[in-house]
Amino acid sequence: MRKYIATGLMALVMVLSSCLFAFAVPSSAPNTANIENEDFYRNNPYRGSTLNVYNWGEYISDGGEGSLDVNKKFEELTGIKVNYTNFDSNEDMYAKLKSGGANYDLVIPSDYMIERLIDEGLLEKLDYSHIPNFKYIDSKYKSLYYDPKDEYTVAYNVGYVALIYNKKLVDETPDSWDILWDEKYEGQILMFNNPRDAFAIAQSLLGQDYNDTDPAQWAAAYDKLLEQKPVVRAYVMDEVYNIMESGAAAMAPYYVGDYFTMAENNDDLAVAFPKEGANIFVDAMCVPTTAKNKGAAELYINFMEEPEVALANAEYIAYATPNTEVLKMDEYTYKGDETLYPDESLFENYQYFHNLPSETQTLMSNYWSDLKVDGSSNRSVYIGLIAFVVAVAGYGIFHFARRKHREKYYD
Amino acid sequence: MKKKTTVLERVYLTLFMILLYTPMVVLMVFSFNSSNSTSVMAGFSLKWYAELFKDGATIAAFRNTVVLAVISAVISTVFGLVSAVGINYTRSRYYKRTLLTTNNIPMMNPDIVTGISMMLLFVFAGTLMHRQGVLGFGTMLIAHVTFQLPYVILNILPRFRAMDGYLTEAAQDLGCTPVQAFFKVTLPQIRPGVIAGAIMAFTLSLDDFVISYFVSGPEFQTLPIRIYSMTKKRVTPDMYALSTIIFLVMLILLIALNVIQNRAENGSLRNREKVAK
Repeated sequence: MRKYIATGLMALVMVLSSCLFAFAVPSSAPNTANIENEDFYRNNPYRGSTLNVYNWGEYISDGGEGSLDVNKKFEELTGIKVNYTNFDSNEDMYAKLKSGGANYDLVIPSDYMIERLIDEGLLEKLDYSHIPNFKYIDSKYKSLYYDPKDEYTVAYNVGYVALIYNKKLVDETPDSWDILWDEKYEGQILMFNNPRDAFAIAQSLLGQDYNDTDPAQWAAAYDKLLEQKPVVRAYVMDEVYNIMESGAAAMAPYYVGDYFTMAENNDDLAVAFPKEGANIFVDAMCVPTTAKNKGAAELYINFMEEPEVALANAEYIAYATPNTEVLKMDEYTYKGDETLYPDESLFENYQYFHNLPSETQTLMSNYWSDLKVDGSSNRSVYIGLIAFVVAVAGYGIFHFARRKHREKYYD
Repeated sequence: MKKKTTVLERVYLTLFMILLYTPMVVLMVFSFNSSNSTSVMAGFSLKWYAELFKDGATIAAFRNTVVLAVISAVISTVFGLVSAVGINYTRSRYYKRTLLTTNNIPMMNPDIVTGISMMLLFVFAGTLMHRQGVLGFGTMLIAHVTFQLPYVILNILPRFRAMDGYLTEAAQDLGCTPVQAFFKVTLPQIRPGVIAGAIMAFTLSLDDFVISYFVSGPEFQTLPIRIYSMTKKRVTPDMYALSTIIFLVMLILLIALNVIQNRAENGSLRNREKVAK
């Protein structure tokens, strides 16, 4: 009889999960975007093939909250199957690509990682005649340092770091990173919990180049961060949303695009662009040398820069778009938004990250771990561990000796 | 004899339960939040459940996860059963102990080591066969079966110890072939272990992230990988909704399993009593 129980349970699982999928199908979002030259996509020679896209998580309009499901629309139009998978950092993406175990046709890394990929010969040159929509890309985001001749990439999104602060808790209107060092706001300041972004803020204040390889400069930046540590409430990444939304902290440096997510839940939040500048980054689409379906990848890149599609992505991701057509559209929520598209003059001191040589990389991460554990307390952790091991060993020996001792009496 | 629980025991138990279940409760509560915040409860809504079913990529990842978990659990249960039988009937004690130790080592191994070494192995095997891009469903399946196997074996082996070994011999005496004896006598007795092993394999596969991350390819992505990569933006609340659904389904399954097993055991006990009378 128990045989049937297992089968029954298995069936139950199947039924439940199939219910889930059954619900999923009819309620999918309407794909109603007007792609002007649909025939261009319908008449492609890659129909029936598959395209492997590797992108950041939550970095495309995917049909959530009434948005356009970009991948589905592309599949419908072109008949190309999109295998869409996600990575969570440039470094993880690099490891996967470098291992050679997986063939991606299209990846969307950030600027400094693209520089590294090109250096190591991991990217394929694009045929821009297949990507007519490249003309929509803002000239500011063409021919950037990582791809000076526009051979490998098409920009996808632009982001920058700015100071997000709570108007109720901060009296003045901040215009400098100095405020993150201000003792008046002790315990209300949040800081990046990743070395590159945190160092960049100290480097801006010191007027340094982010990509300097001089150890003395990094030492100075480290001292600056150490000086800030007593007033910092916490070093955070994703936790920043909850802390800022609830008003538990007054200010945090973070990516501008994410400010909109926080502002939805707290009206008192505002953005300031410090005069010392900060990091600006571009994520761009490129094709690895191991790609099996380069033609379809180029078609996909072109599709992503199709004004309607770029609009959907820009709305969904809320980062700045390099697509000039989107900026002209009246239905674009962030059209002329001063936070997302501030005056050019504010960007004077903004800098791009370049790929750091490995020695500088190591130096930075060593400084970072020193900062997080505060140097001396590092030793106390080891001392504590050793004390614990000694105590356990001591108890073990004592126990053993006592048993031996007692055994003598039993004999 | 019933012992009275003291206040201290009760406090301890309550604290224990609170620590264990608060995260799930918080997650469930916020899956019904009408805003996307996890600090501000704006109102009750089923919005995120509706969102969940519109999110094609998440549903696909969930389907992949379930498909992978079911297939790998079935395979590893079959392999584990065969291995457990083999280990049980091994005569040499030294050999048996060596087998058990080798079985235990992969469980102590950190996931990240297993993951990286598997990726290297697959890529290496791929180059030997002159094939690029070997990572995908196949490699994930192999990896999942590999890390589930020790747990399945460990769940089944104790059942053999609790079983009367002479029963199988008696069955063969009475005319069963060895295969018949196994299916008619041995298997019914170790079945609880087999089921427990299968469930364990299933849940292990369901929530494995580290190993999957390294051996996954461009065509096949599971839910843990998808959730983990949501770093550019915050994790969307439809994930809370999905986790709530998964949690409830698992809870119902486990309760059902326990109830049915208990009833079945009581039933057979009663039958036996009847026979005895």
